[in-house]
Amino acid sequence: MFSGEQAGAWVRATAAVIDENAAMLTRLDQAIGDGDHGTNLNRGFKAVLQRLGSAPPGDLGALFKSVSMALIGKVGGAAGPLYGSFYLGMSRTLGDAGEVDDEGLAKALRTGLDAVIARGKAQLEDKTMVDALHPALAALERTLDAGGQLGEALDAAAAAAGDGMRATIPLVARKGRASYLGERSRDHQDPGATSSHLILRTLADVVNGRGDTAPGPGTDGR
Amino acid sequence: MTVGLVVVSHSAGIAAGTVELARQMAGEVRIEAAGGTDDGGIGTDATLIARAIEAADSGQGVLVLVDLGSAVLSARMAIEELISDDHRGRVRIAEAPLVEGAVIGAVQASVGASLDEVEQAACGAATLRKVKG
Repeated sequence: MFSGEQAGAWVRATAAVIDENAAMLTRLDQAIGDGDHGTNLNRGFKAVLQRLGSAPPGDLGALFKSVSMALIGKVGGAAGPLYGSFYLGMSRTLGDAGEVDDEGLAKALRTGLDAVIARGKAQLEDKTMVDALHPALAALERTLDAGGQLGEALDAAAAAAGDGMRATIPLVARKGRASYLGERSRDHQDPGATSSHLILRTLADVVNGRGDTAPGPGTDGR
Repeated sequence: MTVGLVVVSHSAGIAAGTVELARQMAGEVRIEAAGGTDDGGIGTDATLIARAIEAADSGQGVLVLVDLGSAVLSARMAIEELISDDHRGRVRIAEAPLVEGAVIGAVQASVGASLDEVEQAACGAATLRKVKG
């Protein structure tokens, strides 16, 4: 089961992890983008915390809708509408549920990914967040189908997201600001895939009871 | 009542300046700026764009001019998720250069042209010859 409490903890822990890794994300974005991914996401998740603090939402749908709207209004870069779509997709699938079973969470995450793809029109290997999210969802669903527990499935998802993130390094970007660089976008890790990995790894940490509300600093972006 | 225009840019200054220029040619057309983030930074804000679209729509529809990158994503987000249903069917994003598209689109709108015609005029700005007559 995935409870409302876990969902709230995931969102708060994500805000902390993004804050810790903001400089790293921005550094990645300086190499191949407009150099604001970390700053933008950090501003967005601070707005998320503010919104949740002033009006704690009742059900899972309301929680993720609130996250989505804060990101859409505050991020400023492409990550705003993209992550906004991710959480909005989750929100629509979860509706007024207070908690969901493992498959329910997987379905919500899948809808989130579909919404990201519909919004950004990116395909695999375009060097975007899809390169982390897509293999992660496949690993999550595969593990659950094989009878695995949610914690184990989310660990598999986070590991697959990490592999997908690292696999963006040799790719030439075909979407976003980095695509203007053409060949020069090669040999850099995609910032969006990196933040997507952080978000999913944080979910796995929260569900597996690792860390407090904020898992330790990332080892990504090497 | 004419077709309205919204100018979306990462920079509030570019959006406001483009609107200023277009209004000079077509004072009676509703032209709204949606530039920058709400804290004055560089970026685009779908909620700001949604409000601008609703303000620009007098019932004849709205053409949205965008600069680049996330401006397109934010404008799509605004149209598909944030504006009310009665506006949604008559809003388009122009495949047009920002400044030239806004000015030419505004002029076209000012003579009472339809949304199709305004869009076509704005998109025609992409092949406008400026130097080689």
